[in-house]
Amino acid sequence: MSETIKTKVLVIGGGPGGYVAAIRAGQLGLDTVLVEADRLGGTCLIRGCIPSKALIHVAGKFEEMTRCASDDSLGIRLPAAPVLDMAEAQRWKSGVVDKLNAGVGALLRKAKVRTLNGWATFSDAKTCSVRTEKGDVTVSAEHVILANGSVPVALPDLPFGGRVLSSADALSLQELPKRLVVVGAGYIGMELGIAFARMGSHVTFVEAGPRILPLYDAQLTRPVEQWLKKHGIAVHVNARAQGLAQGPDGPVLAVANGSGPLALPCDRVLVTVGRAPNTAGWGLENMAVDMNGRWIKVDSQCRSSMRNVWAIGDLVGEPMLAHKASAQGEMVAEIIAGHRRSFDPVAIAAVCFTEPEIVGAGLSPDEAKAAGIETKVATFPFAANGRSLTMEAGADGGFVRVTARADNHLVLGLHAVGAHASELSGEFALALEMGARLEDLAGTIHVHPTMSETLPEAALAALGHAIHL
Amino acid sequence: MAQYAFKLPDIGEGIAEAEIACWRVAVGDRVEEDQPLADMLTEKAAVEIPSPVSGRVIQLNGQAGDKVAIGSVLVLLEVEGESSGELPPAGVAKPAAPPPPAPVAAAPPPKPVTGQVPAAPAAPVVPRAAGEKPVASPAVRRRAQELGILLSYVQGSGKAGRITQEDLERFAAGGAVGSAPLSTARGPRDAVHEIRIIGLRRKIAEAMQRSKQRIPHFAYVEEVDVTALEEARAQLNANRRKDQPKLTLLPFLVEALAKALPDFPAMNARYDDEAGIVRRYEALHVGIATQTPNGLVVPVLRHAEARDLWDTAAEISRLAEAARSGKGTREELSGSTITISSLGPIGGIVTTPVINAPEVAIIGVNKIVEKPVVRGGQIVVRQCMNLSSSFDHRVIDGWDAARFIQRLRALLESPVTLLVR
Repeated sequence: MSETIKTKVLVIGGGPGGYVAAIRAGQLGLDTVLVEADRLGGTCLIRGCIPSKALIHVAGKFEEMTRCASDDSLGIRLPAAPVLDMAEAQRWKSGVVDKLNAGVGALLRKAKVRTLNGWATFSDAKTCSVRTEKGDVTVSAEHVILANGSVPVALPDLPFGGRVLSSADALSLQELPKRLVVVGAGYIGMELGIAFARMGSHVTFVEAGPRILPLYDAQLTRPVEQWLKKHGIAVHVNARAQGLAQGPDGPVLAVANGSGPLALPCDRVLVTVGRAPNTAGWGLENMAVDMNGRWIKVDSQCRSSMRNVWAIGDLVGEPMLAHKASAQGEMVAEIIAGHRRSFDPVAIAAVCFTEPEIVGAGLSPDEAKAAGIETKVATFPFAANGRSLTMEAGADGGFVRVTARADNHLVLGLHAVGAHASELSGEFALALEMGARLEDLAGTIHVHPTMSETLPEAALAALGHAIHL
Repeated sequence: MAQYAFKLPDIGEGIAEAEIACWRVAVGDRVEEDQPLADMLTEKAAVEIPSPVSGRVIQLNGQAGDKVAIGSVLVLLEVEGESSGELPPAGVAKPAAPPPPAPVAAAPPPKPVTGQVPAAPAAPVVPRAAGEKPVASPAVRRRAQELGILLSYVQGSGKAGRITQEDLERFAAGGAVGSAPLSTARGPRDAVHEIRIIGLRRKIAEAMQRSKQRIPHFAYVEEVDVTALEEARAQLNANRRKDQPKLTLLPFLVEALAKALPDFPAMNARYDDEAGIVRRYEALHVGIATQTPNGLVVPVLRHAEARDLWDTAAEISRLAEAARSGKGTREELSGSTITISSLGPIGGIVTTPVINAPEVAIIGVNKIVEKPVVRGGQIVVRQCMNLSSSFDHRVIDGWDAARFIQRLRALLESPVTLLVR
């Protein structure tokens, strides 16, 4: 006979949306059960943000040391070229992931959340059966928080497996591919492709659209394009991957583009053409929940159309970002506990860990214009910032850009591209949430020497009197 | 010192939640055991919630108009001695978790709410384009949500129209923000006053909506010649004992119901439409729709079938008084099997009364007027009154409803048959 659990809150998915929701619900004294089929931490901790940033860090170190071995870099010279032991790098990465995975488990226990490891299948909106190692457990709950996340999208002609890798596969490679073709030049493909290039792979990008990183405007992506050019990395835009074939010198990826067919030699093909909400295979169809296209339809409190069924994170739409999911999870737990909350951010910042890094929050100048707002826009280059120069970060074409309303100087958007630019994301988000004006940014004394000094300078430039430009 | 989380106790049969009518204490107050903490409104009545312990109020969860689930923490108290073992509620001084995730700061306790939440004041028009988001920090936006205030209605005193904490608190306190000078000439009025529908009014609204949404009403109106009845009533009133109340028309109507209903058992019933069961009652518990300063309530005259005219009159009078002074108990305000609604004193020819769900019939009384009537070829002046009644057409057919009203008419038009026991 299977065990039956009755609980106040049932959370499905132990990623950054689900585990945060469960911890907060537990903190608020709600009887909470979390179900996760894989390891706690979800895509972000286990096969996304964290492992990719770990490998990007390895790639950066390796590239730097390679440079020290080949030319006189900052007066540091290595007598021999460094050797990358991919398996060892993976072990180090896994150590970071394991540490965070264990940390999430500990936080859940501390919040008195009961965790079930197994696959949940819903028979109705408030009841699911969880297949665990110890047998089936039936869970019925007053409130259900769906945080099932998303899965990588495959191409029909390039199904995952063998030489064709998903982003998760790529993050676990034990050997560096000599020739890697990345299909899809969005932020996941760009981050990973650039990391592999810095580790020594010969990387080629194939993108169906007309340009790389379509989430960001051309001004922001230009420094990345320049980096790719400088490093001899080919990017085929308006190009479609058509399948793997065997060429005379090994496997090739057949690609069709405007100028004719291409055959790109490759050991591995990384397909990063997007992610889709994980809506299949767990009984969503039995829950009588309304959909909004491929997403679960929710309101500003993440309520679905079924009473006391909530959905958060990648399941409910763009942006598919861990920090959005966490914020929604925390909010839903508080609403269930009786607090008055709604999801009402001014902006959700997003970072792209390419070379150089891109960060954006709020409206771009084009978006503001499209919304019919008259703007003041100004940029300030990292090349004019002392700290950037001391970090060799001034030469990659990076800059900070501020977009503000022309009439009252309310800041609408903050963007940057450049080495270490991701570290500005917190200040960007805070400024937008607080309703900062250009004068607020300009009037806040920023520490010298830091990269953050570029922000007041950009604001001053928008007001017509930058000091260091 | 320890904390005691006082949870809303079960305050009535089958009640899952109750509404905070008003707080009797404020944060920081010292309360003694049995001292009332709040008035909670259930479906029918306001219930005083006493404190089970002595202590100091740390936190009040919710504000007037909020619904609170039975068993959820209503008030957090600081008490002498060891911890009570009750779970502390949201945001109360717990050690924050180390990252990840970001530590959750202890939420400030909600401000004490001592009465109803003020309705939005007549603020001057906010110079903000339609659809434009108000500018305010996350802390201010969150506080606005806690107060149930839409920031679009709040004027920001900061640069770029930014709404400060002070702007919000001022708005919440009901003070209009910097009203513009007006000329003495009559100017246009464009303020919109938002009135939160809470308390008894919300109960009434919900009940009416439920009734009208669920019950297909069938209305039937008939004129009744009450000339003879009015004469009998005048005589009875003229000769009543000092301890007897003055008779209005209502006791006679109740008497007529008591006489007619045994032949029409379908009318004195409650329909549990979810269970698909109609329960017909031999007892006659008459709901008397009563206007009070707070709104419509329906006290119940119990066992009218066993009362005489004078008992009925005395009980109606007592119930009406209790309802008007807000002292009606839950028992006195629930359990009716059929309801009488009277707008008689105001006038009006016809009404379409809304059935008091889950009952199946309501009898409405219109004003008695003198009018010319043809009797035996002669025009005579008679005292006439309309009965406007509604029936649940799902379970009562029009034919039966009409026969029932015709029986009432016959009884009321012949007071002898009515008064003979």
